[in-house]
Parts: sequence; C-alpha cells; structure tokens
Amino acid sequence: MHEKEKDLIDAFLRGQVDRRGLIKGLGAMGLAAGTAGTLLNLGQTRALAADFDWQAHKGKTIKLLLNKHPYADAMIADLENFKKLTGMNVVYDVFPEDVYFDKVTAALSASSPEYDAFMTGAYMTWTYGPAGWITDLNEWIKDPAKTNPNYAWDDILPGVKSSCAWNGKPGGALGSEDAKQWCIPWAFEQNNITYNKGMFDKAGVGVPGNLDEMITTAAKLQKDIGSGVYGIGVRGSRSWATIHPGFLSAYSNFNEKDLTVSADGKLSAAMNTAGSKAFHAKWVQMIQESGPKDWSTYTWYQVGTDLGAGASAMIFDADCLGYFMNGGDNKMAGKLAYAAFTANPEAKASTPNIWIWSLAMSNFSKDKDATWYFLQWASGPEHGLFGATKMDFVDPVRQSVWKDEMFREKLNKSYPGYVEMFDASAAGASIKFTAQPLFFDLTTEWAATLQKMVAKEVPVDEGLDKLAESINGQLREAGLG
Amino acid sequence: MTAATIQRNRPSGFRISKRVLPYVLSLPALLVCIGILIPFLTSVVYSFQRYRLSQPWARQVNWGDNYISFFTDPKFWNTLKVSLLYAGTTVVLELLLGLAIALLLQKRSTLNNFISIMLLMPLMTAPALAALMWKLMTNPGFGVLSYLASLIGLQDFRWASSPSTALFTVVLVDIWVYTPFIMILLLAGLRSLPTQPFEAAALDGVPRSFVFFRITLPMLTPYILTATLFRLLDSIQQFDIIYAMTQGGPGDTLTVFQVEAYLNFFQSTNVGRSAALMIILWAITYFLSNIFIKNWLRLRERARGQA
Repeated sequence: MHEKEKDLIDAFLRGQVDRRGLIKGLGAMGLAAGTAGTLLNLGQTRALAADFDWQAHKGKTIKLLLNKHPYADAMIADLENFKKLTGMNVVYDVFPEDVYFDKVTAALSASSPEYDAFMTGAYMTWTYGPAGWITDLNEWIKDPAKTNPNYAWDDILPGVKSSCAWNGKPGGALGSEDAKQWCIPWAFEQNNITYNKGMFDKAGVGVPGNLDEMITTAAKLQKDIGSGVYGIGVRGSRSWATIHPGFLSAYSNFNEKDLTVSADGKLSAAMNTAGSKAFHAKWVQMIQESGPKDWSTYTWYQVGTDLGAGASAMIFDADCLGYFMNGGDNKMAGKLAYAAFTANPEAKASTPNIWIWSLAMSNFSKDKDATWYFLQWASGPEHGLFGATKMDFVDPVRQSVWKDEMFREKLNKSYPGYVEMFDASAAGASIKFTAQPLFFDLTTEWAATLQKMVAKEVPVDEGLDKLAESINGQLREAGLG
Repeated sequence: MTAATIQRNRPSGFRISKRVLPYVLSLPALLVCIGILIPFLTSVVYSFQRYRLSQPWARQVNWGDNYISFFTDPKFWNTLKVSLLYAGTTVVLELLLGLAIALLLQKRSTLNNFISIMLLMPLMTAPALAALMWKLMTNPGFGVLSYLASLIGLQDFRWASSPSTALFTVVLVDIWVYTPFIMILLLAGLRSLPTQPFEAAALDGVPRSFVFFRITLPMLTPYILTATLFRLLDSIQQFDIIYAMTQGGPGDTLTVFQVEAYLNFFQSTNVGRSAALMIILWAITYFLSNIFIKNWLRLRERARGQA
C-alpha cells in the first residue's frame, strides 16, 4: 500500500476523516471503488488487530448453523477478513427458513456439539435459554481479556440489545439488571408500512396515520385500483409469525398486552380486555374488507411478493421486506415507499414490535472462547458497516452504522423514505411480548383464533374469551399461571 | 466330488448347533425390532411425563395426565375427528377412482401400458412439493384452478384458506398424489385374476354388472384390502400435504394428529404431549391394522377352502 493511501485510511479509522472524505481522497489518488474497498478492508483488519490479540485461537475451526438470508450472505461475503484477522477457520451449514428452526431445535435438544454458534431470533432464546442449550454471553462481553476494546457494546441500539436479554423468569422484564444475554443482536426488522406510491396517487389517498385511517385507506385503494389488487397485506398463517409483525406492533401501540404479570409473578391472558376486543374487531374488519382472499395461508413470503408484484397496495410488515421488494427483478421495484406507522391516534410515536436476527452460542460448543471471537467479530462495528454499505445488511443494530453517511446515502438514493421511517420508529422499537417459555404455544393459538374470527367462525368477543380461557389453562398446567 | 472331499472342505470353526440356529437366523429381525422398539418404548415413557424442553426443572412423571388432558379437551376430539374424516374420505375416494382407472386400463395394450406409467407421475412427486404446487394453482389471484372455478361460476372460491373448503382442497391433493398407488395395485390384481370364470360368464351371457359385482369384486377383495390398509395407515398419519398447505388451519380445521404432534414438539418443545399424541395415533393404527389383517386372513382362508 502506498504511504499516502495508508495515511488516509488510518486517518479515517482514527475518525479524523469521514467516509465521504475517504472515498473522495482515494478517488483523487486514482483508485477505483473496488480497490479502495479492498484497501479499506485491509486497513480495518489491521486496525482491529492493533488493540487486541485476535490470533489467540489461530488454527482452530468453528462451525456455524445459518439460515438462508441476505444477512447471512453478507456475513459469508466478509468471512475471509475474519479468517485473515484471526487465523481461524469457519465452516457453516445453511438451511432454508422453512426447516431452519427445526434443525436448530433438533441439534440443540440432542446436545450436539456439531455447531458452535447459530442464527436465532430473540423469541427462540426463551426456549433455548431455560433449556440450557445456549450460553449467557455476559461472561464474554464483560471480560476485557476476551473482548476487543473497540467492540463498543453500547453502540447497539438499547431497545434491541435489551430485547435479547432475559433473566429466565417467566414474565421477567427484558433487559433487567439480572438478565442474561442469551444472544447478540445482529440485525433487526421494524414493522412499518411499505406502500405503492403509484397506487396511492391513483386512489388519491395519503399514508394512513392510525388504524382507523389504515382501514379506510385500504378499502378505498382496493375499490379504486381494481384489477384484483387488494388494499393491505398482512400475515395470516396459523403460526406465531402472524402475531409478531404488524399485528402486535399496532396492538401494543394501544398499550394492550399479551399477558399480565401479577405481583407474585403469575401470568394470565390479557387478550380479552375491552381495549383488546375493540382492536381485534378493527383488525379483523380490515382483513375481511381489504386483505388477500387467501389471507389464512399468508406468511411473510406471500405478503412481500404480492407487494413486489403489484398485487397489493401496501403492507404492514417488516421494513426490510419492503426494502427487498423495492429492488431486484420485482415488477414494482423503485415504486415503493416507506412510512412509520402509529396505530393509536393518541400515541405520540410508532412503537413497532421487532424481529431480531441474532447470534447465539451453543452450550455444547467445544471451544466457547474461540466461538466468542467469531461472535464479536460478526456483531462488531466493522462487519456491520461492511454489510450495510456493501451488501444488503439492511437493518443493522449499531447506531454508528446508522449514522454512517454512505449507508444513509445508499438508502436515500435507492430507497427514499427508508431512513426517515427508521429514524421515526427506532426509539420505540423493542419486543412487546411478555418473555415466557410458552411463547410459541400461545401465539400459535392466538393466530388460529384470529383465523376463526376472520372466517366468521366465531365472534371477536367470544373468540377472545375462549382464547384467554385456553391460555390461562395452559399457563396453569405449566405452573406459570 | 466325493463325500470325503466335502468333509475336508467344510470349515471346522463355524458349526452352529441345531438348538441355537433358529435364534441366530432370527437375529437380524431381532435387531430391527430393537431399533424400532427403543424409540417406541422411549415415547411411551415420555408420554407419561410432564416434559417440556423449555422447562427442564419441571420434568416429572405425571402418569396419565397427558392422556387425561387430551380426553377432556374438545380440541383433541376435533383432531381425532379431522384425522379420521380425512383418512376415510381420501381412502374411499382414491379406492373408487383407482378401481375405475384400473378397470379402464385392464386390457393389455401399448396405449394402456403407456397411460398407466404416465399416471404414476404424481406418485413420484414429493407430497410437500405437490402441496406447494397446488397452493399456487389454487391462488385466487393467478391460480389456474381458481380461474377454472370462476368459469363455472365459483367467483370467490377460497380453497385451502376457508374453513368450509380447506378439507376438500387437501383431500383433492391427496387424491391426486395417491390414487395412482391404488390404481397400480388393483391393476396388477385385475391382470392376475384367472380368466376361466370370466370366459364362462361370457359364454353364458351373464350381464357385465353381475360379472363385476359377483366375480371381479370378490376375487379382487384381497388386493382392495391390501391397498386400503396401506393407504389408510398412511393417510391417518398425513402431515406434509396439510402442513405445507395450511399449517393445520384455518383455525383448527385441519389439526390432524401429525400436525399437532409436530407443533407440540418442534414449536412448543412439549415432548410429553407430543409423545402422548403419537402413542394414541399408534393405538388407532394398530387397531385398524388388526381389523384389516384379520379380514385379509379370513378371505385367504376362505379362498383356500374353496380351492
């Protein structure tokens, strides 16, 4: 590397030059973007290695279990840098999402030492943690001998970080003082609106400002656009995954809860309050009037592809789903826009429930220290910036990455409104569920009840009373209620 | 070769006494049995436990609590009802359709042989893939079957997404995948029937319906029973088609045994309940198999007696 280029990169890594200045400077030196990127990577690797013994586990191999996802692709694309930095080898298995979590459950429940670390969601750790399958990562995060001083743990968005920490007590607050850090947040998804600008213009409607407006806007869009286009896409399959995105984000914005925790720590269902019933009635009405005809089979995939294909006018789902549908070969690429959504007219801001793709360490890993080296690198600021600027690591959890000008410019250029949407709702973004080990039982039954209500098999009031009764029974049976 | 040569060539170290020989010969079967029995007995033990992977500290023997909670839960009876309804409907329809196709293809000809091979194609498709294919074909937006339904006036037919038509839809997929199995079995049976009774009936001018009900059907009964047994056992354990199309929904419309057991284990990590469901399913299949096998043996005995 020439001295001038080296000096410029070092100045950038010291924070004396911003990213724009760096690229401009390297350009002036006649370096192409690709070469500049390579040099930057080399510089970052050097900077990382300067303050910490990254070579402590040189020669060791760790194995990962990964879900097929653009975030995993971003990590794989950067793996060579980790290998160079540490002298470690990394091997991995990648499974499609349909079978991924079954594979994780099978591997962990069998106490298999095959995988050292794996991708997970925070909800899953409410099962894996108490079962003793994963490790409390505080032991490593808080150990300066094992963690790079530049790791900047506090750089991770507080709501996201605390959502991955739980003390293991059913109903215990996420991120409490005694919480165990079951996983490291990696990237997350806020649930907001992605909409088709052209269709909104054609129907002469604006972005809905609350749930009532969403219902009327979706109905008007469906009526005015015609051609089989439906008003709003939300998930509807008989699965926990139907409850956690748009539905719970709107529900919690009305201060409604899934469960109530009593003073003595007992849990009870909170879905049949008057407020909850009113909310459910509106949600059901919205789907009946303006949702997809086969809503009860809809997963994130159908919700997303319909928007990308121009079959729906808007979705209330993961923001990154809207991101991916706005690019690639999608028919509606470049025609989508984003908006934070505040369902409750009396609420001050959007409070989306979030899905957090995280990294967890298997308790059966043969070399946890070496595994931690990988985890801290993969969740570190350098890799986050690499994924965000060079790959589709859309919703990084680090504040420093969100402040990065190149990343914001990249989003603003191709995905207008995405950054504003993020900024408007990030502060209120966190997991809104009550942490407890029956999470999947209760949310799957909740989704099944929602299906019955939308299909008019049961009235909303009666359906929610029955749901609450059933959930209370299950909580009692499990010794939680 | 002389007797002395044979004596010389016989290996001397591998003599097995006549008393031990039967046990040695049955050893492979015993090993297979152990391979099946260990997981089975483990499941029986688990089914009598309160055993949830997410609450390892609460694991304890609860004797029959898992079973009692099922028998007092309306959702379990719905599971039983849906499973039996699904199995009964698919088997009856596949049997009728398979028999009709087999009768049409009974006569050996190049065309019939070609058609019978082509009809086996759905059977070579993985059921989960077939379900996804049908999910696309029944999509209300662009599915070809939805389009065809609209041509006959069914404008808003919801297929698997409506509680009133979900069972019909998954049964349709099952029929598409598995009718060829029945067809090929019955076709083999039909083609192996002795020709004399049919020739005699033709000479006497016996009506074709009489021949079918009084000669063909009785002689084909062992084949029908075998096909029915195989399909019934498979059908009552159906998972792929239903899960891939509806995940057991809408609501609780299609929560058959396997779907419930899968969700209990993989989503809820409730090993005890999942094992109890599987044991109940095993008891049902054991009961049904016994009925069929007894009838099959009775028919075989009758056939021998007549011979």
